[in-house]
Amino acid sequence: MADDASNGAPAGGQWPLWEVFTQEQTGQPHEHAGSVHAVDAEQALQNARDVFGRRGKVVSVWVVPTEQITASTPGDAGPFFDPGSDKAYRHPQFYKAPRGVRIY
Amino acid sequence: MTPTNAAAPPPPETAEQLAAFEARIAAGEYIEPKDWMPERYRKQLIRMMSQHAHSEIVGMLPEGNWITRAPSLRRKMTLIAKVQDEGGHGHYIYCATETLGVSRDQMVADLLSGKAKYSSIFNYPTLTWADIGVIGWFVDGAAIVNQTVLAKASYGPYARSMIRICKEENFHKRQGYEICAVLASGTEAQRAMVQDAVNRWWWPSLMMFGPGDASSPNSEELLRWKVKRFSNDELRQRFVNLTVPQAQAIDVALPDPELRYDAASGDWHFGQVDWNEFWQVVKGDGPCNRERLAARNKAHDEGAWVRAAAEAYAARRAGAAASAAA
Ligand SMILES: [Fe+2]
Ligand SMILES: [Fe+2]
Repeated sequence: MADDASNGAPAGGQWPLWEVFTQEQTGQPHEHAGSVHAVDAEQALQNARDVFGRRGKVVSVWVVPTEQITASTPGDAGPFFDPGSDKAYRHPQFYKAPRGVRIY
Repeated sequence: MTPTNAAAPPPPETAEQLAAFEARIAAGEYIEPKDWMPERYRKQLIRMMSQHAHSEIVGMLPEGNWITRAPSLRRKMTLIAKVQDEGGHGHYIYCATETLGVSRDQMVADLLSGKAKYSSIFNYPTLTWADIGVIGWFVDGAAIVNQTVLAKASYGPYARSMIRICKEENFHKRQGYEICAVLASGTEAQRAMVQDAVNRWWWPSLMMFGPGDASSPNSEELLRWKVKRFSNDELRQRFVNLTVPQAQAIDVALPDPELRYDAASGDWHFGQVDWNEFWQVVKGDGPCNRERLAARNKAHDEGAWVRAAAEAYAARRAGAAASAAA
């Protein structure tokens, strides 16, 4: 569950880390489930199945090398996401409608 | 030592940083791996989470001991699945601990060398089949009480691994309780077997919640930082309250002459835990400490060829892909 992509490859012969995303049903999004260590993509997929799919609740799985993930950093979160937080006009509640009219 | 982290000493922590961190905790926010956190919080989490992960892994041994002797195919399938789950639990928590900057190799090395601690409960032997039932009922039952609360721990990756684990533990407890219920309604010999197992596991199970609040050095800080949400004694009481009616329902006696219902508090009052025994087992002198460590090392050594084969296979495939591309 290395949510931290920058955590990097640990020292000394440890197999690379892969982030695992599972889909529980068709139509649902793939969600981050955790991570596994594996020598290559094929083994990562098998390990992911064994670790996160023991109860049949998985119909699809993705594995991604952790080091390939680029993530935002908490320090920049303010300025980075700011542009989205002051735009009330992007929300339906911003607009008035006459009483009693069914809009949706 | 982990060379990755030994490189630079952490920058000094300012009062402002600490105040901002504690304000986040107070507001019920979760702390994520890249967020600023006091070194002390990181250290405490690494200690607690790696011990938890080790406990899952070592916990596979006492039950694995009975897989080949399970009394029916149904019980055998169940036990294999449960032991495999525990391996998975160890895996989830190791991964979560790695996000704090400690490597998996390091944690495994600490376990194998005997440096790391794990739950004392797994240093007791599984003498009869009834022990497998009682472990599911008591030990997984106690784990559920603990882990349900840890699922709200302030460190995001730990909380998420607990949520995943909690979903699997209920099966562990129910299969154990079923074994006990079946034995308890069986022959004289079966009844005696389950009662004997209950007698041996009851007190060590109460010890699983850790020392009493007065002598638990880490608790105060962990509570303040909302890693823990309830004290050891509160959780122990919760476990006793849950378990007494379950024992009554299958007509099994809990080995505590002081056990009585206190109407005023709504709690089951219980006797003194033998903390001398607890500390003795923690310090390495339990019935099976050496055996468990030897078994873990043997399994690790005997798995070396599997790891070597996986690496060789991956290297050869990568080589074949490269020469095909050339
Ligand atoms: Fe577990
Ligand atoms: Fe369990």
